[in-house]
Amino acid sequence: MSRCSRTIEIETPEGVRFSLLLAGPLVRFVAWLIDTAAVIGISQAIGRLLPLAGVISADIVQASTVILYFAVSIGYGITLEWRWRGQTIGKRLLRLRVMDEQGLHLRVTQVVIRNLMRAVDAAPAFYMTGGLACLLSAKARRLGDLAAGTIVVRNPKLPHPDLAQLLEGKFNSMLAYDHLVRRLRQHASPEAAGIAIQALVRRDQFAPDARVEVFHEIAEYFRSLAEFPEEAVGQITDEQYVRNVVEILAGRMRRPATSS
Amino acid sequence: MILDLPRFVAAEQAYWSELEAILDRIESDAGAGMTLDQMERFHYLYERSSADLARMATFSAEAEAREHVESLVARAYGEIHSTRERRKRPRPLHWFFTTFPGTVRRHARLLWIAVAITLLGCAFGGVAVWRDPDSKAVIMPFSGLEGNPAERVAKEEKGPNDQLRGHRASFSAQLMTHNIRVSIATFSLGITWGAGTAVVLFYNGVTLGAVSADYVRAGQTEFLLGWLLPHGVIEIPAILIAGQAGLLLASALIGWGRRTTRRERLRAIGGDLVTLVSGVAVMLVWAGLVEAFLSQYHRPVVPYSLKIGFGVAELILLVLFLGRSGRSEAAR
Repeated sequence: MSRCSRTIEIETPEGVRFSLLLAGPLVRFVAWLIDTAAVIGISQAIGRLLPLAGVISADIVQASTVILYFAVSIGYGITLEWRWRGQTIGKRLLRLRVMDEQGLHLRVTQVVIRNLMRAVDAAPAFYMTGGLACLLSAKARRLGDLAAGTIVVRNPKLPHPDLAQLLEGKFNSMLAYDHLVRRLRQHASPEAAGIAIQALVRRDQFAPDARVEVFHEIAEYFRSLAEFPEEAVGQITDEQYVRNVVEILAGRMRRPATSS
Repeated sequence: MILDLPRFVAAEQAYWSELEAILDRIESDAGAGMTLDQMERFHYLYERSSADLARMATFSAEAEAREHVESLVARAYGEIHSTRERRKRPRPLHWFFTTFPGTVRRHARLLWIAVAITLLGCAFGGVAVWRDPDSKAVIMPFSGLEGNPAERVAKEEKGPNDQLRGHRASFSAQLMTHNIRVSIATFSLGITWGAGTAVVLFYNGVTLGAVSADYVRAGQTEFLLGWLLPHGVIEIPAILIAGQAGLLLASALIGWGRRTTRRERLRAIGGDLVTLVSGVAVMLVWAGLVEAFLSQYHRPVVPYSLKIGFGVAELILLVLFLGRSGRSEAAR
């Protein structure tokens, strides 16, 4: 469990580790606002329909309104989270999901308990107790989650990986030096490679000066790992140098010394 | 391990997309079933993606690719490894007459603690009002109870309460929903290691003791019993059972002398908590009906002897229900 990144790590029986991104109090609050609007909308719809039955008795209509409003306010979260596997309308819109704290599906008792516990989490107003608990908890849980053994995770829509734009194109003069290529691949850390790729992906978002500076720093780091001869890298910019390094780290070895 | 990333991504992309499509379908439709072939394919895709994720752990490139596969594996893991409860035919009568009283009995020790805390509050409230009637202004939950009991009784016995005419059903609904909310709060406050639950139980006891002492002191015991017994013999035990649920939650959090983890303890009592709170809700629906349609009628409309007799009969039935109901089935 990483406190800074707010993720929780789970190891499957197959021995594979994966992490779940925990939802923070702010995004959960926004989801709650959406759900509150939904509850008010449903209640008002019921409130408009029930008077149609007023021919029977105004008292019965009033009693039904009180009971149905109560049932909607309590039952909304329970019903939707159970039917939609941990999601309500607000959670669905924000790609949040309630899960068992071990990454498994919810049991109905967990859904009921975490929703009943809103009585405490919502106190004294606007989910202050729950929000505070969420901030202080290692797994970003409100008190209801603690009692029910649940977490709320975020499943952001992740783009499909696309490296074509990075690795296409230009002649890589560094590939001719096989032993240096191997040394670079041996010493470069995954984190450093990730930074280099992210810099290339976002290169157009940098201000011109920042772009020069960022690629200079990254190139300097890779130069310190493996020193290529001047005739191979002397005429290329820092950005091209980083592009060549990424191509090397992505696995293209023994490429013919011609432009592709 | 260094992979040829573009080739690897290109080769596996189709499998990831297929897995994602299945997950989207399952997650959007909870009732969606799968044939055996579909399940086998789903399981294969999950294992293949898991293997991809393991290989990509040492990727020296493209964090986004790893995150994408990781999110797929996380979603599929929940689907593959969870065992949803087998769908059972709902048996509400069996639940109410066997499961609920059985659960109350199983945690009887906590119920007695809730009773003791409430009695302590009763004694405190009763003694305070008996010795110092002016303390009513501080203790009573609403101003209607601060007046002279004899005057109220005289007013009530003059005729039926016209204020409620034509509003009894809505009054009953308000009583039900209010009392259920109080019960849920009493249970939920168990998360404060039981302190909040104990405070609510004690305060309820104080109010009850104060009101009782006030009416007894004014010589209105018969009115008091006729007014409180019909609904109180159900409502007060319901709040006590909500307190029992709160204390059960607290005991699982604290876990005195138990070697299991907090997560295991909470998981073990989840079903019992839901049963207790649901049972309380049913009891309070009955109490709300009785309070609106019987308790508010006084002599001469309904004789006190009848109301007291009704309350006593309810109490006997409740004790039998909680103490005996479902025992024979549980013993089988």
